[in-house]
Amino acid sequence: MKVLSKIYVALVFIFLYAPIAVLIMFSFNSSSSTSVFSGFSLQWYKSILADTATLISFRNTIILAVASSVLATVLGTAAAVGIDKFKKGPFRSAVLATTNIPMMNPEIVTGVSLMLIFVFIGKLLSIESVLGFGTLLIAHVTFNLPYVILTVLPKLRQTDKNLSEAAQDLGCKPFSAFFRVVLPSIMPGIVTGMIMAFTLSLDDFIISYFSGGPGFRTLPIAIFSMTKKRVKPDMYALSALIFVGILILLILYNIAQQKSEKSEKKR
Amino acid sequence: MNTRDSLRTKLVASPYIVWSLLFILAPMVFVVYYSFTTGAGDFTFDNIRLLSKYLTTFLRSIWFGIVATVICLLIAFPVAYIISQKTDKVQRTMVLLVMVPMWMSFLIRTYSWMAILQDTGIINNFFARVGLRPVHMINTSGAVILGMVYNFLPYMIMPIYSVMAKMDMSMIEAAQDLGGNRLTVIRKCVLPMSVPGIVSGVTMVFVPSVSTFYISQKLGGGSFDLIGDVIERQFQQSYNYNLGASLSLVLMVLILICMAVMNRFSSDGGEMVI
Repeated sequence: MKVLSKIYVALVFIFLYAPIAVLIMFSFNSSSSTSVFSGFSLQWYKSILADTATLISFRNTIILAVASSVLATVLGTAAAVGIDKFKKGPFRSAVLATTNIPMMNPEIVTGVSLMLIFVFIGKLLSIESVLGFGTLLIAHVTFNLPYVILTVLPKLRQTDKNLSEAAQDLGCKPFSAFFRVVLPSIMPGIVTGMIMAFTLSLDDFIISYFSGGPGFRTLPIAIFSMTKKRVKPDMYALSALIFVGILILLILYNIAQQKSEKSEKKR
Repeated sequence: MNTRDSLRTKLVASPYIVWSLLFILAPMVFVVYYSFTTGAGDFTFDNIRLLSKYLTTFLRSIWFGIVATVICLLIAFPVAYIISQKTDKVQRTMVLLVMVPMWMSFLIRTYSWMAILQDTGIINNFFARVGLRPVHMINTSGAVILGMVYNFLPYMIMPIYSVMAKMDMSMIEAAQDLGGNRLTVIRKCVLPMSVPGIVSGVTMVFVPSVSTFYISQKLGGGSFDLIGDVIERQFQQSYNYNLGASLSLVLMVLILICMAVMNRFSSDGGEMVI
């Protein structure tokens, strides 16, 4: 039974990693084929690092992910603080139900519905090509917000309401009581929410596909238009680089987490 | 805290409330509005009437979605259980291994499957070398479903695992002590306790599977149109926003119905299989 379960898990992991292994292998291919390996070469790495259009779309992706996750974190944290104070009732339920909509809806519906309203506003203000960085930013903040709110809210529920009142009794203004007492205790939730928002925005294709325009192309959009034709291994090289980058970040994050857990145990 | 302060705190949520009205609720209203109007803005039922043409597409999407979800569940449940039985350190590594593929663009991973499954692809090249006959795999319904299972499997493993990780191990030990064999313990004890994880896993796989358009285009070669493909074409190629909106509206309603059915099942609790 033990051996069987090991084989089973190994098979599932092979399934999950097969296409990744294939694309890393063919990123080193000396010909432009993605199914026949003819020899080792680094030419695709060289060509992708010289491809300005791809590099610009990579930069755009980072700019959009940073901007949208910061904006969503600020708006979402403020929203959670307010919602936490709402009394139980139809208004609170309505706000929470609305917050759930972008998470429940298929991404294509979210993308399409945002596109409709953007195009409508564009017509109203007679802006010729309304779809661009602005609309992408709005779209990304919109689908990031629920994740921030839903990770911060439980942390707020866990914090002791008396703490902030005690701080105020001791002469703290409500504003600084929030920043000195409440904020530090909900910080883990805020950070988790922000990381989630950042990665979701980084990876998003479907919603960006509908709510963005040719003026501001993100990497997933660039990849999509390239996979419409036959893909050359340069796309594979790019993905392999991103994959290694993510792997390094994850390992560092894990090490940091283990260290902080150890020091907590010591305390 | 006095009431004025608490009112002031509540007001902090107002920017978000304005935002959600503008960019969550208003877009939904627009979908409904476009579904029932012509391009010129006159009221019409034509878009809804046209939907009957897409009945097979809808049925195919739902069927593929169900098959992919069931396969994901069958694969994921044992994986989640096996992971949850490991030591903390091994658990953390394995969870990471499940999540890492999701960090890579799903477009490029799906494309990579194309290179694997093609008639002159990696598997068939291998078959040719060892003297087997080539197997036609790409552009079949199986390939599309494989793409769905591949892309969304982690969404099934993660929620089931996180429920199982919190499970009270003494319950399982008690069941074993009372003479239950392995399978009985899993069926009578582990399965009922992991229902919440299964429910969220099923929705997290079913919704993106039903509404996908990239997977079916790449691995189905255009011969297995799904509802997402039709919607995508209305917005990016034929620019018939009104028909596209009505298709989206129906998709949304369909998914709501499916989830309501799911929730009924899960609130019945315990003895549910799938």
